[in-house]
Amino acid sequence: MKRRSIVKYAAVAAVLSLGLTACGGSGGGETKASGTVRVTLANHVWTEGIKASIPEFEKATGLKVELTQLGEDQLSDQYNVKLNAGTDEIDVMMYRPLQEGKAFAKNGYLADLTSKVSQDAGWDWKDYQDGPVKASTVDGKVVGVPIITEREVLYYRKDLLKAAGLAVPKTMNELQAAAKTIAATSPDTAGFVARTNKSAAVTQFSSFLYSFGGDFVDGSGKSAVGSDAAKKAYAFYGGLIKNFGPKNVSTDMSWPEAMAVFTQGKAAFYTEADSLYKNATDPAKSKVADNVGFAALPAGPAGSKPYNIASWGLAVNKASSNQDNAWKFIQWATSKERTLAAQKAGVPGARSSVWADPAGTSTYPKDLAEAIASSAKAGVGHDRPEVITVGKAREIVGTPIVSTITGADASAAADKASSDFQKFLDSEKK
Amino acid sequence: MSVQTAPRSASSRRSDRTTGARENFSGWANRHRKWLFAAPAMIFVGVLIVFPLAWTVYLSLTDSHGSVRAASEFVGLQNYATVLSDTDRFWPAVTRTLSFTGVALACEILLGLGVALLLWRPFRGERWVRVAILLPLVATPVAVGMMWRLILDPNIGLVNQLLGLVGIPPQPWLSGQDTALGTTIFMDVWQWTPMVVLILLAGLTSLSDEPDEAARMDGANAFQRFFYVTLPLMMPTMIVAVLLRGIDALKTFDILYATKGKGGGSFHEVETLNVYAYGLSFDYNQYGLSSAVLILFFMIIIGTMWLLTMRKKAASK
Repeated sequence: MKRRSIVKYAAVAAVLSLGLTACGGSGGGETKASGTVRVTLANHVWTEGIKASIPEFEKATGLKVELTQLGEDQLSDQYNVKLNAGTDEIDVMMYRPLQEGKAFAKNGYLADLTSKVSQDAGWDWKDYQDGPVKASTVDGKVVGVPIITEREVLYYRKDLLKAAGLAVPKTMNELQAAAKTIAATSPDTAGFVARTNKSAAVTQFSSFLYSFGGDFVDGSGKSAVGSDAAKKAYAFYGGLIKNFGPKNVSTDMSWPEAMAVFTQGKAAFYTEADSLYKNATDPAKSKVADNVGFAALPAGPAGSKPYNIASWGLAVNKASSNQDNAWKFIQWATSKERTLAAQKAGVPGARSSVWADPAGTSTYPKDLAEAIASSAKAGVGHDRPEVITVGKAREIVGTPIVSTITGADASAAADKASSDFQKFLDSEKK
Repeated sequence: MSVQTAPRSASSRRSDRTTGARENFSGWANRHRKWLFAAPAMIFVGVLIVFPLAWTVYLSLTDSHGSVRAASEFVGLQNYATVLSDTDRFWPAVTRTLSFTGVALACEILLGLGVALLLWRPFRGERWVRVAILLPLVATPVAVGMMWRLILDPNIGLVNQLLGLVGIPPQPWLSGQDTALGTTIFMDVWQWTPMVVLILLAGLTSLSDEPDEAARMDGANAFQRFFYVTLPLMMPTMIVAVLLRGIDALKTFDILYATKGKGGGSFHEVETLNVYAYGLSFDYNQYGLSSAVLILFFMIIIGTMWLLTMRKKAASK
């Protein structure tokens, strides 16, 4: 009797829970059938533009868009948790091809879009620039469509340069000399500022590394951060900040902090991604909005070699059961018209035709448009080590940056980082 | 008059059966009521605590990385060996976790006891003072982190500007390699001392006045009355405060992450075990290794709790 009762209640409990799951399940199924595309996007100017135009898409396609918008770090964490659990609650996902692309593709999170991108000649996949296409292709398969591109440019203060009688630096040596002059003549203004956090600084340091003739990994896939060129680049970047940077410089600065120093009028030169330029030229955000100038990254011993990369892309979740509609959304969001609209709003895209169109750069400051054009030509397609666990790799190759900023010997720090990085590369091959 | 016994209808037989079943159930429920009443809590604990813990133990014995759903190999205790021999990140993180907790806790108990003693006896405006003291407690830790980050900014922060007025050179605070941990301890003390005050104040108010009066009659001065009467009587309450606050401080994550981000800063200067484990799983995607760190961390917390509970028992005797 006793056993039977227990069995009975267990059965009731089981049926109840099944019933509840079934309700949940059917609910989800219905929304899919009615054509809801669930889109997860990062907080970005690009997202704001898309958000405002989503009603157009809904009207044209009869689909409904459910939008989730998150900060960069929360977005990463969300993906880590949800995609790890094999969720089908995300259809379209905004992701960082160079940061997460390889890992996500390897984990089987991203749907293969190769056949989809080549289907529609009007949408035109061939219109996309080579670097961004390479970044969103893993093992020969297209897994994403690049939406935002970035290049490193030099932000500078026109008024300070004029007052000091300085020309816009064309080479790294001129940059150093100009930063020195300004730091010496105006004690409250730093000659130079840039990111200092060891992980965040890696991308902005990369252009210096390339311009000095180095790279993170050499042609044979071995660590190259201990090379002479890399040592010189570390010493130069770290030295600029140590010697001519803000007083009490923090080693935690990512772009918001470094940008704040520049827009508060506390620095003359700043090297940063061009896609953030609105922060410096918008009077609501910047005290020096009227005096900001832009130039291509000064040339090092190997020339001016800034990165030219796809910082964000759109991908389809492989576990989504709504992949066709997800692709429809991506196709719309990355169309020539939308890309042009986004670019006019200040978000550099990846379509050659939009860059070739005068309207594509009509809203940009003239000197910035020129800097972008020259950077796009000589640009390197990556701004961080192209590995699977990018987070760890960035910490390793970023260590000599902070060591140099805090006064340690760049050469010794680079040697240590290089041996650590080689170990890391070996462990990834396993 | 004759009494007729009507034949029992089918429906009444059915209702008998239902009554019987109901009695059976209530009998069964009655016999097993301790299990029945505890069942929701037990299921809750099972699903939300035991299962995740067991899963973490399992993960810690595998080389799971990249994706949890990807095939992983059973590697036995290798992750533990790797972690325990890691003098680069793990052991410094243990030291930081313990020193953060130790220093923060000591400051909070001392300050908390002082403030609680001040608030013990009624005075004018007492309510306002209590509200003001409790304010840090109700602020969210991430907001607290952001607030202090602004106040303590080395270049544009309020604190350095005020220091500048009295001629003290600017300090690096959160951005300094050697000052960051101390600064986060200060923030923790600022935020959590009020909780200690609350607990200790509750303890103080529940003390009876007699022992104190008796000591006064015997000629004990204030100092003696505090150290030989109030403090020993307060010991069990203080250990409760230490226990609650200690476990919480060991597990601190929010203010550290909000002020220094992933990895606890460029030199890992505020990387405690929690921050380290978070980085391992969310930045490096090394779930096996991260689980091993978390299990070891869990054991440290259990060990600390056990020590304190032992101490509490000794104090209550």
